[in-house]
Amino acid sequence: MATNADFANTLIALADDHLILGHRLSQWCGHAPMLEEDLSMPNMALDLIGQARNLYSYACILEGSGRSEDDLAFLRSDREYKNCLMVERPNGDFAHTILRELYFAAFMHPYWEAAQSSADKTICGYAQKAEKEIAYHIRHCGEWVIRLGDGTKESAERMRKAVTALHPYTEELFTITPAHQACIDAGLLPDLATLKSAWSMTISTIFKDAFLEIPEIAFPQEGGRDGRHTEDFGHLLSELQFMQRAYPGQKW
Amino acid sequence: MVSALAAHDFEQARALSVASAVLDPEVPCVTVADLGILRSVDIIDGVAVAKVTPTYSGCPAVLAIELAVETALLDAGFEARIERVISPAWTTDWITPAGREKLRAYGIAPPGKTSSSKMALFGEIVVACPRCASQNTSKISEFGSTACKAQYQCADCKEPFDYFKCI
Ligand SMILES: [Zn+2]
Repeated sequence: MATNADFANTLIALADDHLILGHRLSQWCGHAPMLEEDLSMPNMALDLIGQARNLYSYACILEGSGRSEDDLAFLRSDREYKNCLMVERPNGDFAHTILRELYFAAFMHPYWEAAQSSADKTICGYAQKAEKEIAYHIRHCGEWVIRLGDGTKESAERMRKAVTALHPYTEELFTITPAHQACIDAGLLPDLATLKSAWSMTISTIFKDAFLEIPEIAFPQEGGRDGRHTEDFGHLLSELQFMQRAYPGQKW
Repeated sequence: MVSALAAHDFEQARALSVASAVLDPEVPCVTVADLGILRSVDIIDGVAVAKVTPTYSGCPAVLAIELAVETALLDAGFEARIERVISPAWTTDWITPAGREKLRAYGIAPPGKTSSSKMALFGEIVVACPRCASQNTSKISEFGSTACKAQYQCADCKEPFDYFKCI
């Protein structure tokens, strides 16, 4: 039986993925290699941060603890964030960023598709909207992965390096915590095991056109779902939380 | 009794028309009713309750829209409350025929009919130029000036234009 705490905590972990990845994408604003990407990066970031806000707000209602979405986003310590490690990795070059976004979007698309039959009406509503938004991310990033993988010697090499660096982090997307399992059993949230084939299909289809190999994962990189993060995460938080830490309670 | 009911209906119709006339802050050629993001306005216990739904999860205009609807109702002498509705989710199919026509006249190609994420994933759609109606157009950027728009260019009249993405 899923308790409200199970449900809230699972939503917060998912929201953390969205917030942190949204923050990473927003770091490209003004630095992207071309104007189109200077528009697309913040737009994708906006989608993710908007989805994070929905999830945080709903988790706060479920918790009934009086915490707000801002408290969750800005006022927790690193150990309290439960995002997977992949989303906090440094942006690296453009190939890294685009590939990571593809990995994540290819996971979230079947997730939101499945979440539309959740027993919880609020989740259904969020899922209907988010599924369509994330479809654009797959398309946009997929096109780039193909363009770079099937591009010049240099771009293909960078794409391959990105795959080698990031692929070991993809396992953690499918980690099912005990709280999440309770939500699956209660019909509230999708069973992540059932999403794997859709994810693999999307990635292998795009990789085939991009002349990229899917590597074996010898050492899966995980820990974020338990609150164990990489060194880069502290640096990320110091930027993300700066305003609320320096000026507590400040509002727009 | 009859006259009380009639007065209630009249107030309700007036509140609806006031709220419906509010313009979208990012696409000011269409009203919130044209876009289909104003779901309903009801007078409940003397308060005008407007139900509004967001277009995109991360749409920065959501707050501005809610505030504008509330202000319009207050200005018209109503006590007002805004409720944000999530389900059923808004899609571009909620845009009215009049709204689509206003978008086109404003220079924004209206979204294709019947949205589905499968189309966004795999389909290449034909977007007609809002100025010369030519279908000889090409996509410049998947993302545009706001979350809801992509950028296209017409190969005949050469004009670049916004396309209201189909979601
Ligand atoms: Zn034209």
